[in-house]
Amino acid sequence: MSSLLSQEVPLSWYLLLSAALFSLGVVGFLIKRNLITVFMSIELMLNGVNLSFVTFAHQWHAVKGQIFVFFVMMVAAAEAAVGLAIIIAVFRARATLAVDRIDLMKL
Amino acid sequence: MNAPFHLWLIPLLPFAGFLINGILGRRLPKWLVTTVALLAPLAAFGVVLNAALGVFGFIPAASSLPITETCPLPWINAGILHIDFTFVLDQLSLIMLLVVTGVGFLIHVYSVGYMGDDKGYARYFSYLNLFLFFMTVLVLAGNALVMFIGWEGVGLASYLLIGFWFQKKSAADAGKKAFIVNRIGDFGFLIGMFLLVANFGTLTFTEIATKLGQDPGWNGGVVTVIALCLMLGAAGKSAQLPLYIWLPDAMEGPTPVSALIHAATMVTAGVYMVARTHVLFDHSPFALSVVAIIGAATAIFAATIALVQNDIKRVLAYSTISQLGYMFLGCGVAAYSAAIFHLMTHAFFKALLFMAAGSVIHAIGGEQDMRKMGGLRKKLPVTFWTMTAATIAIAGIWPFAGFFSKDAILYAAFLHGPGGVALWFVGVLTALLTSFYMARLWYMTFMGESRSPEVHPHESPWSMRVPLVILALLSICGGWIGIERFAGFLAPSVGARAAEGGTVPYLPFNLSWEFFLSIIAVLVALEGWLIADKLYRRKPSRPAQWAAALPSGYKLLANKYYIDELYGAVVVKPLLGFSKFVLEWVVDYGILGGAAWLLGGIATFTGAILQRWQSGNLRSYAAWLAAGAAAVLLFLLVPWATVLDNLSAIHLGMAGH
Repeated sequence: MSSLLSQEVPLSWYLLLSAALFSLGVVGFLIKRNLITVFMSIELMLNGVNLSFVTFAHQWHAVKGQIFVFFVMMVAAAEAAVGLAIIIAVFRARATLAVDRIDLMKL
Repeated sequence: MNAPFHLWLIPLLPFAGFLINGILGRRLPKWLVTTVALLAPLAAFGVVLNAALGVFGFIPAASSLPITETCPLPWINAGILHIDFTFVLDQLSLIMLLVVTGVGFLIHVYSVGYMGDDKGYARYFSYLNLFLFFMTVLVLAGNALVMFIGWEGVGLASYLLIGFWFQKKSAADAGKKAFIVNRIGDFGFLIGMFLLVANFGTLTFTEIATKLGQDPGWNGGVVTVIALCLMLGAAGKSAQLPLYIWLPDAMEGPTPVSALIHAATMVTAGVYMVARTHVLFDHSPFALSVVAIIGAATAIFAATIALVQNDIKRVLAYSTISQLGYMFLGCGVAAYSAAIFHLMTHAFFKALLFMAAGSVIHAIGGEQDMRKMGGLRKKLPVTFWTMTAATIAIAGIWPFAGFFSKDAILYAAFLHGPGGVALWFVGVLTALLTSFYMARLWYMTFMGESRSPEVHPHESPWSMRVPLVILALLSICGGWIGIERFAGFLAPSVGARAAEGGTVPYLPFNLSWEFFLSIIAVLVALEGWLIADKLYRRKPSRPAQWAAALPSGYKLLANKYYIDELYGAVVVKPLLGFSKFVLEWVVDYGILGGAAWLLGGIATFTGAILQRWQSGNLRSYAAWLAAGAAAVLLFLLVPWATVLDNLSAIHLGMAGH
C-alpha cells in the first residue's frame, strides 16, 4: 500500500492517460452528432494536451509547461463563451443541433 | 556665316498648334481655336519665308544652301550605324516648304469657313496642324529615317482626316483603305532603307550621293533594287499604278483635306522622295525607265477614268492621280526640276480646284453630283472665275501655270531618246483627255441652266473666297518663273536640266523643238476643250448617245476598269478567306482555343473530383483534419527505412528514463 503510494507514477502512465483523453476527444468529435457533445470533446482534447504539458513540466522541473496550461485554459474559457453563444444562435436559427444538418457552407 | 534660320521651328509650331487644339480644343472658345490653328501654319510660313528671303539675298544675312541643323543629342547609335536627327534646307526642300506651308496656310484659312459649323472644329484643326508638322518633317529630313517619320506621320494624319466623319461607314472604310494600301508602299520604303544601310552604311542623303559618286562601279544591281523599293513606297504615297486605288476613296474626307493632303502636298511626297534620292535613280537606268513608264501609264489610265465620273470630287481625284503620273514621268526622264516645277504649279491649281469644288458643294448643300449642278456661274461669281483660272491652268493653256510645267515635262520626255517620244505621245494624249474632262466638269457645273432649281446657292464667306483668289493668281502667274530659272535654282539639289542636244530629229522650220512642241501641246489642249464644248454645251444629248452606243466601253470606264473589283477578288477575298478559315478557325479556334479549352477542361475535371471533399459536413472536415495530422505525425516521427528499430528504440528510451 505504502509502496504503491510512495512510489512515483511513471511518466509513461501520464502520457498514456493524456493520449487516451485526446483520442477520446478526437473520436467523440468525429462520431457524435450533437453539437454540444462535439464541443465537450474539444474540451477533452484540450485537457488531454494540458495533462501532458503538466507532466513534462513536472518531469523537467520547468515552469513553462504550467504557464502554457494557463494559456490553454484561458483560451478554452474564451472558446467556451464564444462557442456556446454560437451554439445558442445556431439552435435558435435552425432548431437543431445535429452537426450533419448544419452544412450551409456547402456549395 | 550661316544665319540661324531655326529650321526646327517649322515643324514644331504646327505641332504646338496640334497639342493645344488637340488637348484643350473642346474647352476653348471657338475664336481661340481658330487663332491657334491659323497662327501655327502662318508662323511656320513666316520662318520659311525668312529663310527664303535670306537665301534669295533679299535680307543681308544671306547664306548659302544647304543649311544643316542637327539635333545636338545623339539619336540612334547602334554598332556602325549612326543616325542623327537632321534637318536640311536646300533648294529642293525650300521650294517644297514654301508650297507646303504657303498653300497649307491658305487651306487652313479656307477651312475656317468650310468647317465653321462642324462639331469637330477643334479636332479638325488639330489634325490639320498635325499633318503640317509631319509634312514639314518629311520635307526637311536630312536622312531617310527622319523622312520615314514624316512619311508615316502624314499617312496617319491622312487616315485621321479621311475618316474625319467617322460616323459614316464609307468614310471610316476609306480611311482604312488609304492606310492599308499605303502600308504596301511603306514596306517598299522600309526594305529600301534596310538595303541602303546594308550597302552604304548610312541613310544620310548627301553621304549616299558622295559614296555613289566616288565609286563608278555602283550601277544597276543593288542600286536598281533599292531604287525600285523606294519607287514602290513613292507609288503608294503618290497613288500611282498599281497602288492608286485609295486616292479616289479618300474623297470621303472634308474637301479642304482633299485639297491640302490629297492634291497639293502629301500625295506629292512620293515625287519629292524620288527627287530627293535621285542619285540612286540616276545610277539605275532600268529603275528610271520603270518610274517613267509607271508615271505615263498612270497619267493616261487615270485620265480615261476621269472622263466619265459624275462626282465632282472624284473627277478631281482621278485628275490628281493623272497629274502625279506626269510628275513621275518627269522624274523618270531625269527631269527632276520639271517634275518639282509641275508639283508646285499643280499644288496651286489643284488645291484651287478642290477648294472651288468645295465652295460649290458648300453652296448647294453638300451635293457632289455634277448632273445636279449647272448654271452656277451667276450665283457663285468668285468661285466661278477662280475655278475657270484653275481649269485653264490644268488644261495646260498658255500663259497659265500648268502650261509651263507640263510643257517642261513633255519636252524632257521628248528629248529622252526613242522611248521618250512614245512617253511624250502618251503625255500629249493625256493632256487632251485632261483638257476634255476638266472642261466637261466646268461646263456641267457652271454653264447651262440649273438642273436643281429648288436649290438656292449662296456665295461662300470671305474666309473661303480670299484663299481662292490668292490661289487663282498663283495658278495664273505661278508658271511665269519659267523652267530655265526654276531648274537653274534647283540644279544644286537635283542636277541640271537636260538641254536640247543632237539626239532630236531635224525640224524643217526655223523654230526650236521646245517651241514647236509647246504649240502642239496648246493646240491639243484647245482641241480637248472644244470637244467638251461641243458635247456639253452645243449638243448636250450627245454624251448619252455615245454612252449608249458604246455600252461596254462606257461601263468599263464608269466602273474604273473594275480595278477595285479585281483587287477585291484577287487580294482581298483570298486574304479574308485565309484569315477566316486558316487563321480564325484553325489557328484561333483550333490551336489557341483548343489549348485554352484543354487547360480549362483539366481544371474543371480536377475540380469536379476535389469538389467531393468540400462536402459541407463538419465531421468529414474534422476527420480529414485528424487524418492529415496523423499523416504528418507519421511522416515526421517515423524514418521509414528503420521503422521497426526506431519504434523499439523510442520505447526503450522511455522505459529507461
